[in-house]
Amino acid sequence: MKTIYVACGAGFGGDRFDASGPLIDHLSGCDGPRYLIFETLAERTLAIAQNQMLRGEGPGYSEFLERYLKPVLKPCHEAGIRVISNLGAANVAGAGARTRELADELGLSGLKIAVVEGDDLLSVTSEEAIANMQPVEGTKIERPLVGANVYLGARPIAAALDLGAQVVLTGRCTDAALTLGPVVHEFGLAEDDLHMLAAGTTAGHLLECGPQVTGAYFADPPFKSVPDLANVGYPVGEIGADGSVVITKPEGTGGLVSEATVKEQILYEMHDPANYLTPDVTLDVTGVRVAQAGPDRVRVSGAQGKPPPPTLKATVSMDAGFLGEAEMSYAGPNARARAELAIEVLRQRFQRLAISCPVRFDIMGVMSVFDDDDGTLRANSEREPDGDLRVRVAARSDDKQELERIALEVYSLWVTGPAGGAGFRKSLSSKVKTASVLVDRSLPNVTVRLV
Amino acid sequence: MTEVPDKKPLHLFAHARAGDKGNSVNISIIPYHADAYSHLLSEVTEDRVRALLAHRPIGAVHRYEVPGLPALNFVIDDALEGGVNLSLGLDGHGKSLSFLVLTMTVQIPMKFACRTAP
Repeated sequence: MKTIYVACGAGFGGDRFDASGPLIDHLSGCDGPRYLIFETLAERTLAIAQNQMLRGEGPGYSEFLERYLKPVLKPCHEAGIRVISNLGAANVAGAGARTRELADELGLSGLKIAVVEGDDLLSVTSEEAIANMQPVEGTKIERPLVGANVYLGARPIAAALDLGAQVVLTGRCTDAALTLGPVVHEFGLAEDDLHMLAAGTTAGHLLECGPQVTGAYFADPPFKSVPDLANVGYPVGEIGADGSVVITKPEGTGGLVSEATVKEQILYEMHDPANYLTPDVTLDVTGVRVAQAGPDRVRVSGAQGKPPPPTLKATVSMDAGFLGEAEMSYAGPNARARAELAIEVLRQRFQRLAISCPVRFDIMGVMSVFDDDDGTLRANSEREPDGDLRVRVAARSDDKQELERIALEVYSLWVTGPAGGAGFRKSLSSKVKTASVLVDRSLPNVTVRLV
Repeated sequence: MTEVPDKKPLHLFAHARAGDKGNSVNISIIPYHADAYSHLLSEVTEDRVRALLAHRPIGAVHRYEVPGLPALNFVIDDALEGGVNLSLGLDGHGKSLSFLVLTMTVQIPMKFACRTAP
């Protein structure tokens, strides 16, 4: 039976750069078509890349393109491994041109590189038309837009592979499409082959976050122990012509592929498990079974496919100003009272300084990540007097100066606040907000070309 | 007479993973022993999950059943106070909220506890 092998070398845009070596070694020993994918484009990563390009601060494609691709192009070429990634972000053509340069520098002038374009809705319609599209989730759409990109499916990637491409670069597409594209290409899947489309999408969904299926984002010792997590191996999916799916990882790497790691990742970022919508198929995982088939090998079966939704989904991004954060520590005897007093001093000072933007206070070590913006859980928490505590102040504003005034007030707690304030730090970051809308399938002008 | 077990943290009987989508979060609850699934169905309800997040201005809480694995999948709308893009909190993704749900106390026989629990 023909089986194809898909390895995932990155599960998000800041993932490790050195995960691919063991994957390439593993794929080299596999008997069948082999692929290496890099998934680097979270919902807002694209908007950030777009923003940077508009300001002349970045290339629009992933700033890490070279770090991911340069070490793998030659060994992948030699081992017959094709590379697929959404590293193109907001500038797929630029990513293609840069990859062409890298290939030429490596003596791979014959390497076939394809780009998939057409996810950018602003190139085919107006901001006004996008603002009037049917919303599905997220904030209200306010113009101007930073970007609007539709999730493409597996078909354009398969078309690039049909052209003989050895490297395929995309912008926004579903994460699972990076895996389903090869499945469609290798098995020549028709659009109504729902069984195989469901199998390929299940494999793609399990692979798309890299080591999250091989023991990372999982360990909770001793309840859930993971061997050698620091050396976690990234995943390989095996997809058979009959729709069978196996998840495994390279020998000699750390981590774990178990029924439990696979179960957690099947439901990751999933809403209705009977209706996981993608452009290629609607996936139903309610009957999925997982079974350990060997050490670090888990078989996944029982995914059902239904026809895909009539519309596509797009992410619309808008400028959301800045987030300012500042922190100060209080430790030792009676630290809690001093930390609470610091917050009270800041509240009064912000009032006097006419700070009008939303501000949140946390005391790390008492209650922070679980709390709400009003500090409800902290107010109701037991008052253990001593500790090693950290006051955190966070504020959001369109006005950088206002956030700077807030940070300076926290800074001045060194001399104006309670006893023993220590370890001041501050940061400022720009933010984008996103919303999702439904898009007519005929709107995007998708093109696939070799560069 | 059936013995009623003491209340224990859900963390002893199940593991969980959280993921975000916009301003909503999904949290899977997966029993260490598949046979404990029926206990999860009766103990880990939408109302009890809502109560753990009552301090936040959350929207609908929906529980999906996934009998094949088996597992429960909770989707909590507006749980992230703006989500990763707008939240003032440290955890705009809600990645830690799986462990908030695991603080729930449940009455499940100890034979279904995680075998490697300390």
